[in-house]
Amino acid sequence: MKILIVDDERDVEDLFRQKFRKEVRSGDLELAFAFSGDEALKILSADNPPKVVYVFSDINMPGMTGLELLDKIKERFPHIQVSMISAYGDQENFKKAMDSGAKEFFTKPIDFISLKKEIGKLIDKHNS
Amino acid sequence: MELSIISLILLYYLKRPMGLITVSPEWKRLFNSGMVLAGVLLILASVKIPLISHLATIISFLVAALIVYLVLKNEELHHRKGMIYAWLPIIVINFLGELTLLISPDFYDSWENYFNITEFFAFMWAIVMWINNTKQRKALEAEKLKALQREEKYKITESIKEQLEKQVIERTAELTAQKNDLEKALHDLKATQDQLVHAEKMASLGELTAGIAHEIQNPLNFVNNFSEVSNELLAELKEELEKGNTAEALEIAVDVSSNLEKISHHGKRAESIVKGMLQHSRTNTGEKVETDLNQLADEYLRLSYHGLRAKDKSFTADFKLHADPNLPKIPVIHQDIGRVLLNLINNGFYAAAEKKNQLKEAKDPLAESFIPKVTVETKALKNSVEISIEDNGPGIPAEIQSKIFQPFFTTKPTGKGTGLGLSMSYEIITKGHGGKLSVSSKPGLFTKFIITIPQV
Repeated sequence: MKILIVDDERDVEDLFRQKFRKEVRSGDLELAFAFSGDEALKILSADNPPKVVYVFSDINMPGMTGLELLDKIKERFPHIQVSMISAYGDQENFKKAMDSGAKEFFTKPIDFISLKKEIGKLIDKHNS
Repeated sequence: MELSIISLILLYYLKRPMGLITVSPEWKRLFNSGMVLAGVLLILASVKIPLISHLATIISFLVAALIVYLVLKNEELHHRKGMIYAWLPIIVINFLGELTLLISPDFYDSWENYFNITEFFAFMWAIVMWINNTKQRKALEAEKLKALQREEKYKITESIKEQLEKQVIERTAELTAQKNDLEKALHDLKATQDQLVHAEKMASLGELTAGIAHEIQNPLNFVNNFSEVSNELLAELKEELEKGNTAEALEIAVDVSSNLEKISHHGKRAESIVKGMLQHSRTNTGEKVETDLNQLADEYLRLSYHGLRAKDKSFTADFKLHADPNLPKIPVIHQDIGRVLLNLINNGFYAAAEKKNQLKEAKDPLAESFIPKVTVETKALKNSVEISIEDNGPGIPAEIQSKIFQPFFTTKPTGKGTGLGLSMSYEIITKGHGGKLSVSSKPGLFTKFIITIPQV
């Protein structure tokens, strides 16, 4: 199962790779990274249908924001699930994300326990 | 007899004022009595009663002598000296004639012609003296009159001078009061200016706060996350070692050590942001420190973006830093240049976002695809360093380009901007660093502010 993480901070990649080291090694999980909304869309469009089933996106990024990316993904790839990760856990962003069809809304600092649970559920669903 | 007439004439003139000189009332009274006496003597002498007329003649001698004596002796009558000298010869001749006539009429008869001739000359002398005196007197009077006029003029001048002095004192008081008022106004203005500068600083700090919070939160998250994950990795490392998977264990060890580097990197990042914030709010020491302007530009570009972003959720923009890797470190007042960068970058974001709003309002189909963008570029020039801040906003019309550096000039709605940002930036660059701050803009396309700071 392939998930895509979108964040303009490059160190996020290392963090996720280490956090999900076991899942990646066992082959249950494949991680892809994009550092902007545009890059994320490129990755999603690379395969038809896209291999990515889930996208975690930061909201605050230069250029296209996570919320815009959410809209675009929902428009072009309605079956891909999207969760938002934001440093600003305000109601406005939360509501916008949920209205646009986001699955979950995580606030930074990322609570990896709940994130792992969410991904664990996905893997279980995927494997069954 | 002639002597009495002469006395009458002399007394008459003595009591009259000569030009501006008048005699006192006492003298006048005396002269009047003298005239009465002379008149009586004249009559007595002319009636030719023996003895009495002789006596009158003798008395008239005495009267004439007395007049001569008084005029010559009294200071108050000296102005009539000339007249006395004119008449003196004739008085003396008459006196001698009359005396001779009294003592020896025969002798007088035989010498009468001589007496008459002498008397004629004395009379001529009197007339000449008279004319001369009159002339002299007139000249004297004219002189006196002039002096008097001069005195009058002097008095007028004095009074004008006095008046002027009074006016000068009044004006001086007025001006002093005005000067004091102005000084107070200036002092108030200076205090207000200081307050405004402080307010501007605080306002920009307020703009920074949200950005700073975001910028600190991010590295802190990494510090926390990487230390946490490293802990997990170390547990795994132990497991792998116990299993004897050395290769796996080594791989994990490499990850842990790279994580520690990342922790240190992000820790330092947070530290530098806090330092920057402190520097921004600290009162200006004016101390110039060798500064990496690439780093400063990067810091403030992010702070500005995240600050605006935190304030306005709908705000989106792209930003880029083209940093010249060969940019030398140059001594600048860190905090001041930071404020200039923050101000220019904020303006850029504001302008670019404004352009998007304008397009949206005009229902322009390009509105959706338009991405507000601020590009900061640093360049090492021959003897200076250039930093340009460009936005793709609506641009600045040529007619107001010359005004934008003036204090209080703003195109932002009331309450949105103090109008001091650019003027303060201009001061900081030109006066504080001997550099240049210029603007170039194409309406509808871009605005570019160019900072040039000399290396030394």
